[in-house]
Amino acid sequence: MSEAATSVAIESVVRDSYGRLVAYLAARSGDVAGAEDALGDAFVAALKRWSAEGVPEKPEAWLLHVARNRMIDAARHTQVRQKSEEFLQQIAEEAQAVAKAHEHFPDERLKLLFVCAHPAIDSAARTPLMLQTVLGIDAARIASAFLVSPAAMSQRLVRAKNKIRDAAIPFRVPEPPELNERASFVLDAIYAAYTTGWESLMEAASTHHALAGEAILLGRMLAQLMPREPEAHGLLSLMLHCEARRQARYTRNGKFVPLDHQDANLWSQPMIEEAEKHLHSAAAFKHMGRYQLEAAIQSLHANRAKTGRIDWKEIALLYEGLVRIAPGIGSLVGRAVAIAQAGEPAVGFAALEQIPPDRIADYQPYWAACGHLLRLLNRKDEARKAFDRAASLTDDPALREYLFQRSAEDAGQPG
Amino acid sequence: MKYALLVHQSQEHFDRRNDPSAVAAGKAYGEALQAAGIFVGGAGLDSPQNATTVSVRDGKRQVHDGPYAETKEFLAGFGIIDVPNLDAALEWAARHPAAEFASIEVRPLLGSHFMVGTPKPPK
Repeated sequence: MSEAATSVAIESVVRDSYGRLVAYLAARSGDVAGAEDALGDAFVAALKRWSAEGVPEKPEAWLLHVARNRMIDAARHTQVRQKSEEFLQQIAEEAQAVAKAHEHFPDERLKLLFVCAHPAIDSAARTPLMLQTVLGIDAARIASAFLVSPAAMSQRLVRAKNKIRDAAIPFRVPEPPELNERASFVLDAIYAAYTTGWESLMEAASTHHALAGEAILLGRMLAQLMPREPEAHGLLSLMLHCEARRQARYTRNGKFVPLDHQDANLWSQPMIEEAEKHLHSAAAFKHMGRYQLEAAIQSLHANRAKTGRIDWKEIALLYEGLVRIAPGIGSLVGRAVAIAQAGEPAVGFAALEQIPPDRIADYQPYWAACGHLLRLLNRKDEARKAFDRAASLTDDPALREYLFQRSAEDAGQPG
Repeated sequence: MKYALLVHQSQEHFDRRNDPSAVAAGKAYGEALQAAGIFVGGAGLDSPQNATTVSVRDGKRQVHDGPYAETKEFLAGFGIIDVPNLDAALEWAARHPAAEFASIEVRPLLGSHFMVGTPKPPK
């Protein structure tokens, strides 16, 4: 087999099994960085060996075996930790069992996700840690998506991995009642991957959006690993609904199109169907949560493709529920807009005015919503000022242009 | 795995440490740690006003009155527990009677072979 063909084979194993291999090794050693290093060496060895001898029947078992030997070498060179002998023995036995049987080795990725989003880990490191350890994305790419320097991102990741090992953060899926809160950290970290670099309200702007595909991969993984967690389905549904509109957000010449005016024919129907399927699965558990509500709101927007209208009253109701469990500024602004669109602009604007001033100073969607509602109330000068302020708070040129355009819209018109 | 539970609290709460309810809660917590078989050691600390700080620089001993650093919240006590992992340590820290007003810092002790009373030989 040529080296090129071998690297294709390796890439496919990396894509399908990287997270499973890291999770498996780290869950037994407690050492994420050690597992990644050993696995990295194993992939290098595979490139050599597989080119000459072909890809083995059980490539994962082969990689596990080599990685385990690397970990033994590493343990010899450093201070031997008490646990290492036991777990290496265990890995050896399991790797053999996997090689013989037609079964996969145990899937520990859910435990790894819970470790990455452990409250003892710096919240700014949780999402990057998941992307790197579970999906194998390199630090430089994560850094660029998070708009920090590669050196700073590497340092953040190293610190987090050291803490997992040195403070002995356990690889376990928590039991209820702890499970609820801990699962919410996992969900939030995955959603953060989706929204990274993306100041969004009702899909206002989407400049970077660099990790959307990866976030959806993680979302699918979580829904598969926690099929009985309604919020896992809710989160996946939300991301799929937003992602379905990717093609419709900008015109061909790069102009920004707000959600209400998007061409529904450009929305991805298969993605919307998958999103609806997961929202439906979530609903069966009759346990409402933040992500299900947000997905339900997006689902009503998606309905416009069929009905040609948006049920703002229903959306306002969902936002009402959302602000009760997750009173973030995004949901407060969303509720105000929905109330206004449902026919009560004055009530909607009053709701906007109730948002504490310290939270709105640099929040672009608030000022865009303000402009929109003031215009509905025919307060034209104030509307213009609000749109101008919104335009000055975005880093997306297309959105900026759109907001300035709205600011100028009815200047000079009577009324 | 051994962890130190370091109790940081304000003067105001420190002043109330001899209230009968606080004493009873502290005693019960200590007994619970013993009963669980995880207690390695620990104690409440006297006021930082009674602290004296020592350092040796250029072979010269320097002694000064007071704690290492004057802070609003200060170390008021510590415990060392031996539990399987951080989640278990956090669980016990949350049960500490001071947790509802003080902050309990949970820190792993250096090295998994650390034994109180049998210090590691110097490297």
